[in-house]
Amino acid sequence: MSVYPYLVAAWLLGCGLYGVITSRNYIHLTICLTVVQSSTYVLLLGVGYVNGGKAPIFAGISERSVVVDPIVQALTLTDIVVEATVVALLLALILQANKRYGTTDPDRTTRMHEE
Amino acid sequence: MRSGHSRGRLLTAAVGLVLLVGGFAWAVTDLPGFGHYHHRYGAYLAQHSVPQRAATNSVNVITFDYRGFDTLGEEFILFVAVVGVVVLLRRIRGEEEEGDEGAGEEQPRASESLRWLGVASAAPIAVIGGYVVTHGQLTPGGGFQGGVILMAAITVVFVAGEFMLLLRLRARAQLLEMGEAVGAAGLGVLGFAGLIATGIFFKNFLPHGSRGELFSGGFLFIANLAVGIEVAGAILMVLSELLDQRLLRRRS
Repeated sequence: MSVYPYLVAAWLLGCGLYGVITSRNYIHLTICLTVVQSSTYVLLLGVGYVNGGKAPIFAGISERSVVVDPIVQALTLTDIVVEATVVALLLALILQANKRYGTTDPDRTTRMHEE
Repeated sequence: MRSGHSRGRLLTAAVGLVLLVGGFAWAVTDLPGFGHYHHRYGAYLAQHSVPQRAATNSVNVITFDYRGFDTLGEEFILFVAVVGVVVLLRRIRGEEEEGDEGAGEEQPRASESLRWLGVASAAPIAVIGGYVVTHGQLTPGGGFQGGVILMAAITVVFVAGEFMLLLRLRARAQLLEMGEAVGAAGLGVLGFAGLIATGIFFKNFLPHGSRGELFSGGFLFIANLAVGIEVAGAILMVLSELLDQRLLRRRS
């Protein structure tokens, strides 16, 4: 039971990677990549959770109260920003690929490239 | 549909996937139980963010103060990625626009109720975004989160089908770029200001104020503002570049 959140992260990682591998559409692939990245959020926040801990916002609670780890939350923030940039760049690349090859199927663009 | 080549690839991938996910699951069983690990470093920073910086949101203190240098790098990742998107899409746009000059300006209209809903919710969302940006040092939120909410206000207008408004915005792309650059530079300037004022890069050199005040936490307010502007500008740039493509496709 105490490893359950971490297993959720593993499951998300597996789901996302399965999607990336079997994807027939670059946009679908990008969304699958975001699922892979969500597993890192779950893992980070799971690691930082402290039993009985409050949110690390000291408005209205004592400075000495037990709070969950704020560092991993800050890292998750960084993680989300990086994901947003990756998605933006990938979407731009997909647009270009679609213009050049007329398809967003990874297999077909590869084949066309080889011809 | 799939060729033999890709079936082999799938098999290889399946083996890798099972090994990776299985290994991952096996590895996490050795982690300290959920909720039972006490991070001394995290607890230390959390309990010192109020005494040392008078700011109540310790996540924000860590992001912009204790880890300010890292966040500067993170911000430039965002900046460079947006420049990358602009560069990637710009060349093609020039190519395509030659072909269909003066093509029909017909835009599909959203339903009347959707348009009004979009227009009506844009201002409240913008206010929430502004609040989240400026109160990052006090309550959950900050520059990154608030910047995204600010952008949501404009996205709502886009969803409501007010293309013309966005096209007008698009015409001021230079302003957008400047806003983004100013926001990105702002955080760097703060870092150097700390260096000049105290001799330490990213040292929080402004008076920390007192707990719960809007301007508590020293330069956190300015840092949140700079990042908020940068994030909103960055996403707006990406959105308007992608929107451009969409409009081009529609015309051709």
